[in-house]
Amino acid sequence: MPKITINHMEIEVDSGLTVLQACEIAGIEIPRFCYHERLSISGNCRMCLVEMEPSPRPVASCAMPVADGMVVYTNTPMVKKARKSALEFLLINHPLDCPICDQGGECDLQDITMAYGADQSRFQENKRAVAEKDLGPLVATAMTRCIHCTRCVRFSTEVAGVEEMGATGRGENTEVGTYVEMAVSSEMSGNMIDLCPVGALTSKPYAFTARAWELRHTETVDVLDAVGSNIRVDSRGNEVMRVLPRLNEDINEEWISDKTRFSYDGLKRQRLDRPYVREDGRLREASWEEAFAAIAGRIAAIKGAKGQKIAAIAGDLACCESIQALKDIMNAFKSPHMDCRQDGAMLDPAARAGYLFNTSISGIEHADLCLLIGVNPRIEAPLINARLRKRFLMGSFSVALVGAKVDLTYAYEYLGSGPRTLEQILSRSHMFAELMDAANRPMLILGQGALARADGAAVLAAARDLADQFAMVSHDRNGFNVLHKAAARVGAMDLGFVPGEGGRDVAGILDGAASGELEVVYLLGADEIDTTFLDPAFVIYQGHHGDAGAAAADVVLPGAAYTEKDATYVNTEGRVQQSRLAVHPPGQARPDWMVLRALSQALGQKAGYDTLEELRAQMIRSNAVFAELDVAAADRTAKTKWAAFGAPGKMNGSPFADTVENFYMTDPIGRASETMARCTDTFIVPHLSITGTDG
Amino acid sequence: MTLLERRVRSVLLFELLSGMWLTLVYFFRPKVTLNYPLEKGPLSPRFRGEHALRRYESGEERCIACKLCEAICPAQAITIEAEPRPDGSRRTTRYDLDMTKCIYCGFCQEACPVDAIVEGPNFEFATETRAELMYNKDKLLANGDRWEAEIAANIERDAPYR
Repeated sequence: MPKITINHMEIEVDSGLTVLQACEIAGIEIPRFCYHERLSISGNCRMCLVEMEPSPRPVASCAMPVADGMVVYTNTPMVKKARKSALEFLLINHPLDCPICDQGGECDLQDITMAYGADQSRFQENKRAVAEKDLGPLVATAMTRCIHCTRCVRFSTEVAGVEEMGATGRGENTEVGTYVEMAVSSEMSGNMIDLCPVGALTSKPYAFTARAWELRHTETVDVLDAVGSNIRVDSRGNEVMRVLPRLNEDINEEWISDKTRFSYDGLKRQRLDRPYVREDGRLREASWEEAFAAIAGRIAAIKGAKGQKIAAIAGDLACCESIQALKDIMNAFKSPHMDCRQDGAMLDPAARAGYLFNTSISGIEHADLCLLIGVNPRIEAPLINARLRKRFLMGSFSVALVGAKVDLTYAYEYLGSGPRTLEQILSRSHMFAELMDAANRPMLILGQGALARADGAAVLAAARDLADQFAMVSHDRNGFNVLHKAAARVGAMDLGFVPGEGGRDVAGILDGAASGELEVVYLLGADEIDTTFLDPAFVIYQGHHGDAGAAAADVVLPGAAYTEKDATYVNTEGRVQQSRLAVHPPGQARPDWMVLRALSQALGQKAGYDTLEELRAQMIRSNAVFAELDVAAADRTAKTKWAAFGAPGKMNGSPFADTVENFYMTDPIGRASETMARCTDTFIVPHLSITGTDG
Repeated sequence: MTLLERRVRSVLLFELLSGMWLTLVYFFRPKVTLNYPLEKGPLSPRFRGEHALRRYESGEERCIACKLCEAICPAQAITIEAEPRPDGSRRTTRYDLDMTKCIYCGFCQEACPVDAIVEGPNFEFATETRAELMYNKDKLLANGDRWEAEIAANIERDAPYR
């Protein structure tokens, strides 16, 4: 390991690091604009200059690899002058419009100029102006402010995997933008806003609405996909102003998807802010007491065994607390009819390993082969896709896909469209089987498209056979992965919110409601089902948005969205995470577990807990995984058992479906969001109607 | 002073006469009192009176919603909300100033990068109700329109010292 001397201090660092990284290890701050830990090194801002013996000129530390015996100074007059001059050059063409710039207050250029810059400008000439670029409905541009650090270019090329951004021109005429005028077609484009060290790329929906210093930060988790990205919700008063990523190397690194970042305006629209009761075919505003009385009255009117007449479906955004509370109510009525798999995915609750992303997201980096089955990770979980791309860029990683042909951000081998291909691989009659045999650490990702079908249980069993046959599972690793789309799914499976003995699954509940065998159906934020079946039944909807479920309901109970409650979610890796309250629920809406707790009392089945802590203790009694927070199943002390799951059987030959049609509107929050509607218009609608004759 | 001297002074009413002399002197000196409100004293160009939001000569409002005045206000008297105007420029949708909270320190004026919020020369804005002292954007802009000539002259007079 090379030994280098920084400011007369000798330290030993790993070889392959740069001088800038070595300085960081030594605790010395080097100002920088273009350098970023997760992007390639470009060395074009010249801000990180340091003095190095015996070089007579300053050296760009971000691009200089460490070597044994280097002597570096970061605080000499020469370095100070170099920094001051680099800043003066950057500021030559940077406009002095900080007061109207959204980056103001959290701007790298502002901060670094205050710390290292000169106190006044010597530049008298005209500054240049650059035409605005239209990068779509999410990213606002002010390219005159651009200092050509090319972080956005490198991000889109390297991490997002869309080679659409670039710098054209030379010298003063350099311009960063898309080569042809177009919206950046990445589902992670919002991260360029965070990366931009100046105000050249800012958030369009957030434009001019708030200043960095007036926001309250709440560290929480995202629930709009099953990745459980760590986010920071910035709020002012009782309003969510923006959502930013929070560093978590194991999940989202420091990126989040555009849906996570920009859906927040959906939290202010279409909200259920008070209970409603249906009277003469119309929903009318009601008080909590009236709503509870209506429910209690209807359940009391059920003749015979009540448990056989009531059913419950948990939605995709439901928190574990509310699922536990609802399950306790169902258990009190001895009803086995409950399910959380709205899309009808044949997930098997028998073994936890059978519905988890066992490899863990960071574990992808250690795999050397990945078989995707009926999944489009780019749309279903953009951050897992980014991790796959990161692994792909490291080299010697082969990806293959069985299912609908999709546009991923890395090269993959297309094997086939459906179960036939799986059978061929299993019987080793497919060429790909050889590659899988040769791989040391293979993994497979099973999507909901392969499971949400009549023969889903057989596909699950076949995938398990694949994992067994190709040695994906050993004592220290598990290459069998199920990728979920719903944040609530794993938590609900862990809590056993699945049909009990003789219970009905979602399809069964819908049929039962349609035929009148079920009289009361409780929807806990369930909007992704065909509510026309529910017409004959008495439907109770508890949730936060007036979406499909609320429209079909006889009683609506307003709940809280994920930014409005302290709640527990389990991500696709089986990682238990807690969200925190950032703003309060609107109007009379209440955190969901409180609603269910109050309802249980109104129904005469008082739950055995009065506080969130007691409810969480109850969850831990249900399943011990809830005791260990923020740990993926792969890293838990108690290993997830590789037991039998799925139902071996005959698979039909129909191809696996692509299950997400519109990335931006997979949940009630996205459907209520204006920004997501604009994204749909820009990115989805053109692909739906490319006929060349319409419009 | 001897006892005799004091006796003589008091018999001759010296104290009384000297008091009356002083009165007579001030009777012929120029008056320092003002006949307010018909007459008003001179004001410094830096006088910090009632607030106003100014406009450019084109009629465009100056305020760009940078929120620096809101941030610096020690009394937290200013509340601003902003969003893009249809033409894309950054403008306030709300600019509220609670004159009952304001301590007239003038920091808002100092912080303003475009000389939009200023404390004008007007000090006669007493109201009958408390509610009237909650100024909104319309009131502040109206103040600006009304006092623009004086405010502009004050800023110009103070400019050499900045």
